Amino acid sequence: MFMLEKISLAACMAVALSTSALADDKSGLGSNVGLGQPITESDIKPWDITILPDGTNLPPGSGTAAVGAKLFTEKGCVACHGEGGTGGANGAVITDIPLAGRGIEATKTIKNFWGSSTTVFDFIRRAMPWPAPRTLSDDEVYALTAFILEGNKLIPPGTVIDAKSLPQVKMPNKDGFIIRFPDRI
Amino acid sequence: MTKRNDITALDEVAGNGLLSRRLLLRGGVAMAGAASTLVATQGASAEPLMEPEWSRYQGTTVEPMGRRTKHEKDTTRILTNPKGDPRTQHARTPHHLLNGQITPNHLHFTILHNGIPDIDPEQHRLVVHGMVKQPIVLTMDRLMRYPMVTRQTFLECGGNSAALFSNEPVQANLQSLHGLVSNAEWTGVPLSAVLDEVGIDPKAKWMLVEGADTAAITRSVPLNKALDDAILVLYQNGERLMAEQGYPVRLLLPGWEGNMNIKYVRRIKIVDQPALTYYEARNYSPLLPDAKAYRFFFVNEVKSFITHPSFGMKLNEPGYYEISGIAYSGAGRIERVQVTADGGKTWADAAVQGPTMHKAFTRFHIPWRWDGKPAILSSRAVDDGGNVQPLRADFIRERGETQKPVTNPFGFPNQHYNSLTSWGINAKGEISHVYA
Repeated sequence: MFMLEKISLAACMAVALSTSALADDKSGLGSNVGLGQPITESDIKPWDITILPDGTNLPPGSGTAAVGAKLFTEKGCVACHGEGGTGGANGAVITDIPLAGRGIEATKTIKNFWGSSTTVFDFIRRAMPWPAPRTLSDDEVYALTAFILEGNKLIPPGTVIDAKSLPQVKMPNKDGFIIRFPDRI
Repeated sequence: MTKRNDITALDEVAGNGLLSRRLLLRGGVAMAGAASTLVATQGASAEPLMEPEWSRYQGTTVEPMGRRTKHEKDTTRILTNPKGDPRTQHARTPHHLLNGQITPNHLHFTILHNGIPDIDPEQHRLVVHGMVKQPIVLTMDRLMRYPMVTRQTFLECGGNSAALFSNEPVQANLQSLHGLVSNAEWTGVPLSAVLDEVGIDPKAKWMLVEGADTAAITRSVPLNKALDDAILVLYQNGERLMAEQGYPVRLLLPGWEGNMNIKYVRRIKIVDQPALTYYEARNYSPLLPDAKAYRFFFVNEVKSFITHPSFGMKLNEPGYYEISGIAYSGAGRIERVQVTADGGKTWADAAVQGPTMHKAFTRFHIPWRWDGKPAILSSRAVDDGGNVQPLRADFIRERGETQKPVTNPFGFPNQHYNSLTSWGINAKGEISHVYA
């Protein structure tokens, strides 16, 4: 079956090659179907929201926990995460529950589990507030990120979180992971 | 020649009445004969036959969309959030009411984190960019013109079967326990065809795939997988994708964790490192007993479970039954399935329904003669890579179990369970969930 899959894919690609001359190959790259329209990275920017752990793609802007604390109430975050983010229907974002000693039933928290601080910024900007995602400004996302990191004592009080400081935040469980199938990567 | 009623002690191949799978090959007549003989010896004579009401008048009018008989109205999915509250929704496949290997589209499992988006295919765009020579954007019209491939494959949530991490067996049916896996025939464009077009930088190792749903779900996928067998899927069992499955286009990563098969794909960014997005950094990093966790689990490992008979069904009398179930492996093709009726003391090979396909459901069968005494049924699959479905004791030792019994069968105490499922049958023929 594996061989068959390979063969059928190869057959498809052969068709692709033979039709590429007919297709509108604007990419000018040759060996392909050539149906994609070229677009520039600047035109993709509004969708290009994913942040990498080394800080790649973090936008300009900054925020502090003091500003974030106000936003946490104003933007309705308390509805799901409780007053001060310490617990609600969809979990605490600020909590000191330990990971060890509870086996597989341990609660995974930002402080005890998440391996990268950039995930906090990425997920808030991408998916929060749950009823109206991607409505926060970058400064607001930085401020809420600072509020969560400071509440979890992962940054000193008053730290300004921005594209430079965020990737440098040390996450306690950074080295707590085992890659399941390294040969698949 | 095989004669009627010729099941003998010689055909018993494992304890508690498991019979040789070769009996299935001898033809249905022999088996039917054996079964009817049992009924005839135990029951009263049948009533005389009459012409039924529905045979005497014209039936109802055919409609543009076929409709299922009202007699099967209970064959539906279980919902965890039927009112669509602002949280995740799950719908589980009723495997105990289905047969064969393909899951019908309206019964395919699905999970939506922020509802089903209503996407206009005319306006939907798919962009491929990042570490490439030339970023491109595709309309759905253009995407539909690429050469397509068709394959069967299962999709399984990383959290399927999670209730079996409970230290005591959760009393829930097959649908509740294993309903977050389904199998369909998918048709679409090999992702490699699109990636070839943009010209990937040799230094790139990963791609970030993102949906146009409200939750903008995004996952990091190794380029090795992207270029191996990933498909941009447009059709599901021959018709355009269900809205809840990612219409107009979803990523299919055969054999890999459901959540990575991004629906409503609108952006693929080629990068040199994984993003550690929420779902990969938290939810789908399964905890181990020692507070470490697996990262990038990806593969849904070899697994099987018995669908017939299963929890909630009742064996009304001793005699002949067929045990049947589903086996699959995200690492390859099912090569062998063994079944036990005595809780693992003895095992027999089941008949495996061919042709078997890579990373797809494989149905297995084995004939069984229940003697009316307590029995424990379980199945165990092996794939063509030699991967063996682990026994529970071995699995729990490595992967852990809860300290207190799980009370909610729909909860997720952990992820990626692929050990055995056992059904305990008592002398009344009632079936419960047990650990053996």
